[in-house]
Amino acid sequence: MSDLSKLTIAAARDALRKGDVTSAELTAACLTAIDAADALNAFVHKTPEVAKSQADAADQRLKAGDAPDLCGIPLGIKDLFCTKGVASQAASRILEGFKPEYESTVTTQLFDAGAVMLGKLNMDEFAMGSSNETSVYGDAVNPWKIDDRRLTPGGSSGGSAAAVAADLCLGATGTDTGGSIRQPAAFTGITGIKPTYGRVSRWGVVAFASSLDQAGPMTKDVRDSAIMLQAMSGFDPKDSTSANLPVPDFEAALTGDIRGKVIGIPREYRMDGMPSEIEKLWEDGTDMLRDAGAEVRDITLPHTKYALPAYYVIAPAEASSNLARYDGVRFGHRAKLAQGDGITEMYEKTRAEGFGPEVQRRVMVGTYVLSAGFYDAYYNRARKVRALIKRDFDQVFADGVDAILTPATPSAAFGLGEMKNADPIQMYLNDVFTVTVNLAGLPGISVPAGMDAKGLPLGLQLIGRPWEEADLLNVAYALERSAGFVAKPDKWW
Amino acid sequence: MSIDTDTARRVAKLARIKVEDDALPALAQEFSAILGFIEQLNEVDVDGIEPMTSVTPQRLYRRDDVVTDGSQQSKVLANAPDAREGFFAVPKVVE
Repeated sequence: MSDLSKLTIAAARDALRKGDVTSAELTAACLTAIDAADALNAFVHKTPEVAKSQADAADQRLKAGDAPDLCGIPLGIKDLFCTKGVASQAASRILEGFKPEYESTVTTQLFDAGAVMLGKLNMDEFAMGSSNETSVYGDAVNPWKIDDRRLTPGGSSGGSAAAVAADLCLGATGTDTGGSIRQPAAFTGITGIKPTYGRVSRWGVVAFASSLDQAGPMTKDVRDSAIMLQAMSGFDPKDSTSANLPVPDFEAALTGDIRGKVIGIPREYRMDGMPSEIEKLWEDGTDMLRDAGAEVRDITLPHTKYALPAYYVIAPAEASSNLARYDGVRFGHRAKLAQGDGITEMYEKTRAEGFGPEVQRRVMVGTYVLSAGFYDAYYNRARKVRALIKRDFDQVFADGVDAILTPATPSAAFGLGEMKNADPIQMYLNDVFTVTVNLAGLPGISVPAGMDAKGLPLGLQLIGRPWEEADLLNVAYALERSAGFVAKPDKWW
Repeated sequence: MSIDTDTARRVAKLARIKVEDDALPALAQEFSAILGFIEQLNEVDVDGIEPMTSVTPQRLYRRDDVVTDGSQQSKVLANAPDAREGFFAVPKVVE
């Protein structure tokens, strides 16, 4: 029965509805796979009791013929989502012991649709990182392995990516502020979509940079992303930036017919020193879309180069404000105080003990760029540059481009610890192809499209028009069919 | 722009994060590297550009100004490191 965890969501859905398998069986298979995969450190809070009771309830619904697509499907949930009564720590020491009294909108919607929660997934602390090495739980490990080294699954949704790639669950939630769904998806050979800003409610998702954060699915293929995104999307009065727009049927959009679609190839994404394998992959992907009947057009997005520096002003600024709430008063960790310590010492010691080095660094950078005398020079300038980055995309779409094809990452997965002595900016460069999409609020999807010479997966990114995830998923579906990526990591864990 | 130790100390204080004196020079150096990277933004001509405030031009959702929630004191306090008699407890603030 252990092969059940390898099913796609779509295949499991069909098998459940036919009665070929029960949710209890699927769930048991995943729980067994999870218990055998501690070496990956993907699941950091296991919730077998919750899973079993949700699976039983789903089986009742299936019997009664009341079965939404996700009914009975076992999923992993990133630790950034608040789940009622279940540890939700954002992989930070400062939220040690925190068990929310409420359920995030995304998990509420997933559970209403009958989904089963297997547990909470590892990630970078407060979603700040690109390698899952800033987590209080320790590194998550990529199931792909080519030598003695343990590789990063990417970040920040590293646990989600590792869990899906290793078949510990059928799909997982991720969040993406600068690439945190798409980069780990590319590093582990899976599919992940960041929807248009406002498509998915942020309510109950621990905030990092509120104008950039979006949740999305991480799955084994494009169809599963469409199914899961459907259940996660929709207007939520509890999130004032949530869009009051109808959610189209994403799965129904997957025809694979992209004849006449215009695909833009942005010349600014051809970086100096880009590995030839990435360049080759990008060319191959371009050919695949052309062969499928799309028109390929060279485009220009002139402000691309300034996306990362703008991001590293805006994201830390928003983070410094959002993370001000962790003060040792209302939830989570409070430092032990010495005789005579007052409230300021309580704040300072609590935050020094509770936040890891990368989070401290970003909070302080954010504090600096927002401080008196620098607000205009840094923060406002970055927001103006952001407006220009968005305008670049607006112009390209106005000229008739339907989707944009780029590499997802500048390299394949690297070894854990290899970036330890690099300066922080080296790590930030992981997001060079993905961060523009968050700044402009657009939907972006990473699709596994090939392997490097050493046998590690590589991904391509497609960027779509705002609110047109359905169209974007269909282009991704066409790319997926042409690329025919079916490789799986050999089990070593 | 180069950040000196005093600035690093001031930023840590503003952020309410305790940083020991001997860690300040390294912190200042990191800030300098990151701000050096950010300095690239000065190359961009932003004259006449409005700072971006929202991703899609939409009016923030407004609900009726009525009470929709409340009476959850025990839930609000459930995760507090120190809660007493229905309140959050903190070290003495006012002498």
